[in-house]
Amino acid sequence: MHRLPGNLQTNRRLSQWLAIHPEGKVTITPGKVELGQGILTTLSQIAAEELEVDLARIEARAASTPDSPDEGVTSGSLSTQDSGGALRHACAAARAIFLGVVAQRVGVPLEAIRVEDGIFHGPAGPIGSYWALADQALLDCDAPAEARPRAPGERRIAGRSVPRIDLPDKVFGAARYVHDLRLPGMLHARMVRPPARGARLAGLREGPLPGAAQVVRDGDFLAVLAEAEWEAEAAAARLAARAEWEVADSLPEQALLTDWLREAATRGERSPVESRGDLAPPVARTLRRSFHRPYLAHASIAPSCAVARWEGERVEVFTHSQGPYNLRADLAKTLRCDPALITVRHREGAGCYGHNGADDVALDAVLAARAVPNTPVRLLWSRAEELGWSPFSPAMLVDVEADLDTAGTIVGWRSHIVSNGHSSRPGRDPEPTLLSASMLATPFAVKPSINPAMAAGGGAPRNGIPLYRIPALGVETTRLLEMPIRTSALRGLGATLNVWSIESVMDEAAALAGLDPLDYRLRHLDDPRAIAVLRRAADLAGWTGRTRREGFGMGIGFARYKNTGAWAAVIAEVEALDRVFCRRLWIAGDVGEAVNPDGVLNQLEGGAIHGASVALLEEVRFDRRTVTSDQWEGYPILRFSEVPQVELALIDRPEEPFLGAGEASMAPTIAAIAGGITQALGIRPRQLPFTPENLARA
Amino acid sequence: MLSFTLNGAAVTLDLPEDVALLHALRGPLGLSGPRFGCGTEQCGACMVLVEGEPRCACTLPAAAIAGKAVVTVEGLGTPEAPHPLQAACLAEQAGQCGYCLSGILVSAAALLARDPRPGEAAIRAALDPHLCRCGSHNRILRAVARAAREMA
Repeated sequence: MHRLPGNLQTNRRLSQWLAIHPEGKVTITPGKVELGQGILTTLSQIAAEELEVDLARIEARAASTPDSPDEGVTSGSLSTQDSGGALRHACAAARAIFLGVVAQRVGVPLEAIRVEDGIFHGPAGPIGSYWALADQALLDCDAPAEARPRAPGERRIAGRSVPRIDLPDKVFGAARYVHDLRLPGMLHARMVRPPARGARLAGLREGPLPGAAQVVRDGDFLAVLAEAEWEAEAAAARLAARAEWEVADSLPEQALLTDWLREAATRGERSPVESRGDLAPPVARTLRRSFHRPYLAHASIAPSCAVARWEGERVEVFTHSQGPYNLRADLAKTLRCDPALITVRHREGAGCYGHNGADDVALDAVLAARAVPNTPVRLLWSRAEELGWSPFSPAMLVDVEADLDTAGTIVGWRSHIVSNGHSSRPGRDPEPTLLSASMLATPFAVKPSINPAMAAGGGAPRNGIPLYRIPALGVETTRLLEMPIRTSALRGLGATLNVWSIESVMDEAAALAGLDPLDYRLRHLDDPRAIAVLRRAADLAGWTGRTRREGFGMGIGFARYKNTGAWAAVIAEVEALDRVFCRRLWIAGDVGEAVNPDGVLNQLEGGAIHGASVALLEEVRFDRRTVTSDQWEGYPILRFSEVPQVELALIDRPEEPFLGAGEASMAPTIAAIAGGITQALGIRPRQLPFTPENLARA
Repeated sequence: MLSFTLNGAAVTLDLPEDVALLHALRGPLGLSGPRFGCGTEQCGACMVLVEGEPRCACTLPAAAIAGKAVVTVEGLGTPEAPHPLQAACLAEQAGQCGYCLSGILVSAAALLARDPRPGEAAIRAALDPHLCRCGSHNRILRAVARAAREMA
């Protein structure tokens, strides 16, 4: 079978991707989902471009099983490549099929036909349209091997900063989120969570509940249902007070987290990531440095939510999951049923930034709704659940040894990256990974998280291989096989620590060589696109002409995301007061072809501000039993008063493949802030977040 | 019975006394603009205007607004007749997931009502009770400044 682009390879029917309607509309049905990143706008632009119809004619339908193409998970900054690549080919092929039919019917050569907003024009005038042929089932076929997407120079819609199609609803308060779904007869549900990880529900004292609320219990899974939302909320609080849990210590001592990582690593799964070259002496000096990162929370602004309804053996669930098919697979494993009995329909939620509670709450809703057949149940997590029970990005440790020659050039690099796995996403293991699956009367075991393969960007070792020219290199990783706190993917995965560790060593080596950090990086780079983003960011920031200001510092950070994705260089200006503030960021990015340049800039800026927040503030806190940073006051994120000013430059390369923009700027921002701290305070941070407490230990 | 003015219209509700205004707005009153984010006044997603002042609807008992005027994001404007802040948000493409926007827009409306030409520091201060996780802050700041210019 011929190879097709993106996810068209595995979902080959054209009708899975688009439909043409007689009333002059086109529906696209990608399997990737809107997370606030603007993907539906981007995909609509690609479709409109290739079909040559106005953008307003395109309607992007939210993914659902079983009709949407299975595009796996909307993650990894891959949606434009995987879904956009597929849609570009599918729509170009669709256009050729329609034009072929008209050409034959009218007797006009194909190349003499042009398309204007869906109307086909021959030399003598209009000869047909998509709309007139809409009912001919022309797309009920597999995609042909060949399609001729429009040349970069011909593009009129792809490559333009068109307004986001989802934003008006959000600005006018429309019912766009799954949280806003109101189905007839819908009940509201809340969870009662245990006071400790792994706690067992030993007893539940009887007593009345507000609003005749109904209790749903399955082992340690405990939920309440009520007609009004406030009744469900009040009932959950009352039920929580009546629940008796058997609790035990199961979490490491937070203050000794680094020691725990080292110790657990001795029992972990150690594996090589990359090994190349032999160290050629002489080595004049070896830098040995360690970097540490705490657990991080996704910290979505909305607690996760889902609506589920059972009818007989079948269940339908509305969810903001990133992977409808993956979720369906794990729901089926948990319920021990045929996946075909489950329908998963995507509805937008708040931004997730990775694997947050979206999938978990979908199972909770399904379990709660099972008690009330034919009745839709909306289950909304509390803020404490979102910040306390979602999967977390794992704590990590990186040990680096960098060998310098007499000129100060890096000639050898060895690193060891220690972490829990970065993925417990559903759909990939024979057993379900959803939170409540481990709490049922017949529970499923919680397995330690895994890492995506390096070919897919890796998990813990993501961006752990320096892009710099280093002749002898050995990178290893140890995946922990014990998982006291459930971990999974968060924007950047291991890159948030790895990029900073590499960039910090580059800064230090530059200083030892008496070279400017930018010049030192450029001396170690061959990749012209890497060099271009660094130079562009430096120009934006006025790096070469910068002057020292008391209390301020500037730093630089660079990475190519996953070493195969988008390039980003970031320069940060920090101010050291009672704590460190990031005042300004200058960002240069290269995502290849930018379908919606403004959308790319929005993503690059958002990722950088996320990075600044992680760099300066974020740390999941826990005692020996449970996560304690389960309210915003315990898990602060960057606020309006402290958000840096941001200047961006996009190096647009319409001829190049698109590379995705969501994760490229975050890790370089952390590295740049660390470099700024070194300049401002004369210390090299070793531990995230860069709080006064952690900096005092540097 | 509880009576108040919601987005300019008189409404009457029969609710238990301690029900939070947010539940009343999203429940029997059928609005979706005010969003639940934390339930503890820490994120601003549920912000509404009560007599023109920003208040977190998640903790405010509905009973406390008897006889008062409440404005939500739906009351600011509509797609056909947007509030300048809503138009500015679209012009600046100020948002990603957008979950924080309903609350931010009403706080910004209150700011512009009392300070028609706020400087950047004043806008940042007015929006500081609001959390945005997507990093759309600078675009939102620009949108508020743009709306102020256009309302002048």
